[in-house]
Amino acid sequence: MKLNAIKQALAVIAPEALAEAEHAKKGALLDVTVSATQVVEAVSVLDKEGFFIEAITGVDWLGEKENAHKDAVAAAKKKAQDAGKAAAKKVADAGGDEEAQKAAQKEAEAGVAIPAAPVEPFSEEMEVVYDFNNFAEFCRVVLRTRVPRSNPEVPTISHIYPGANWHERETHDFFGIKFVGHPYLAPLLLPEDADFHPLKKDFHV
Amino acid sequence: MSAFAQTQTNETFVLNLGPQHPATHGVLRVKLVMDGEYIVDAEPVLGYIHRMHEKMGENRTWAQFMPNTGRMDYLHALAYNHGYVSVVERAAGIEVPERAEYLRVITTELNRISSHLLWFGAFVLDLGGFSPLLYAFDDREQILDLLESVTGSRLTYCYFRFGGVYNDIDENFAAGARAFIKRLRERMPMYHALVTKNIILMKRLQEIGPISEEMCRKYGATGPVARGSGINFDVRKHEPYSIYPELRFDVPVYTEGDSMARYMVRMDEIEQSMRIVEQALDKLPEGPVMAAKAPKIIKPAKGDYYHAVETARGSFGVRVVSDGSNTPYRLKLRSPTFSNLSLFGEACRGMLLPDALALMGSLDLVIPEIDR
Repeated sequence: MKLNAIKQALAVIAPEALAEAEHAKKGALLDVTVSATQVVEAVSVLDKEGFFIEAITGVDWLGEKENAHKDAVAAAKKKAQDAGKAAAKKVADAGGDEEAQKAAQKEAEAGVAIPAAPVEPFSEEMEVVYDFNNFAEFCRVVLRTRVPRSNPEVPTISHIYPGANWHERETHDFFGIKFVGHPYLAPLLLPEDADFHPLKKDFHV
Repeated sequence: MSAFAQTQTNETFVLNLGPQHPATHGVLRVKLVMDGEYIVDAEPVLGYIHRMHEKMGENRTWAQFMPNTGRMDYLHALAYNHGYVSVVERAAGIEVPERAEYLRVITTELNRISSHLLWFGAFVLDLGGFSPLLYAFDDREQILDLLESVTGSRLTYCYFRFGGVYNDIDENFAAGARAFIKRLRERMPMYHALVTKNIILMKRLQEIGPISEEMCRKYGATGPVARGSGINFDVRKHEPYSIYPELRFDVPVYTEGDSMARYMVRMDEIEQSMRIVEQALDKLPEGPVMAAKAPKIIKPAKGDYYHAVETARGSFGVRVVSDGSNTPYRLKLRSPTFSNLSLFGEACRGMLLPDALALMGSLDLVIPEIDR
């Protein structure tokens, strides 16, 4: 079984980051998240196991953390409101007057911590996604890594898989992700003087 | 490889092939460094017909992207339809009625035959044989008529819907498809006698443009290119989808790895596709062609989903990332000829220019699909 072999080999590099996926729902068998510095090592393992490269692409997660923060704040506020109402109701049931109810409500609301706004702006991220598959036996492995949006840099794998050369150039075109060590990171699909990256979420048509 | 190519001299020159050249089948440019008649280095230059389909996907609803799929690989548009609807159905959990899946396979396989026929004609034209193109287009025309009657269009099909297909077939279509298969079966021996066994074609293709199994793996080549290099890889068998597991067909594999092997793979695939269409027509169940509960507005759950299908040129994969809204957050299109062409630079090194064009033709390039 290719899946077991590759799982064992990858577990050495990133033990916590392996997640088996359900093929019928997701389309892949294994989902692996590694840090940018581990990419080359992980890809070498896949190469040794005889995998072929399907594609490389990116995902711009601009606003992901901000939205998560907003969601967390909204959830906390709702929780505080509910707790306040429950406390007020409790006091009212016990026969407390309006003022006591209000005090209890305030106290309960203050008891729920609302996530503070961060001092620094959110450190937004981009994701690089590598798809590998195997000719001998179906085994799609998705390799992911996250890089900071302000300085998106991943080491190239074009020396391991020459086919990655074009995929990396395309990903650089669309997202501005730099593949360090790439022999020729010139625009592939975009015009040769293109200075924009259309799939960034802050690029508007 | 010739002894000429191995002698490194300083007397090289750069030759531009394309972007307007009949042998590149579209707007592909290849920068060639030549040593006399021999290629020292080749660099395909892409992007002349780049339309940023992936950005378009992010700016329209899931359903609105459907017509785009038929405009990438315009020769096998239905397979692209199939790949996209399958991934969205996987993401949104939509069940497809069995009859619809049969119709998808019947039309997709007819479309595959038409794609291979066009390739066959154009490829032989590249090699200097004009008349096979006319025969191939005559046959292809029959398929276009058939598909037009059911899909409404002749080239850039947009026939599939999330949850089924938009139009059922009628008696005429089934009879027409059977009649066409009978006709093409009778004509295949003629093609083989006229072209395959032609000594000029054999001399132009045999042992020309060898691609090794390892090269396919390193570049991610799929489809007839990989199968001509001895790799038994067909998404329909490898990662079965739709009703393909219920149908009996073989995957033609040739081990030579030369242009002739790729030619033979496609010729054999025409026969296999005919088998598939026949079986599917025989087994075609009654029932609806559209899921009753298919939602009008698609909002797949958060997450990312992948689905691959086998097109005439190889494995086409779609990765969608959904944020739970009615538009895709990210839509990645993995097209087969992008990877297949990427090995051209290495494969054609040391070859004669006309042989490199035979190799390029045997890759079956469709430029809009490469550039997307």
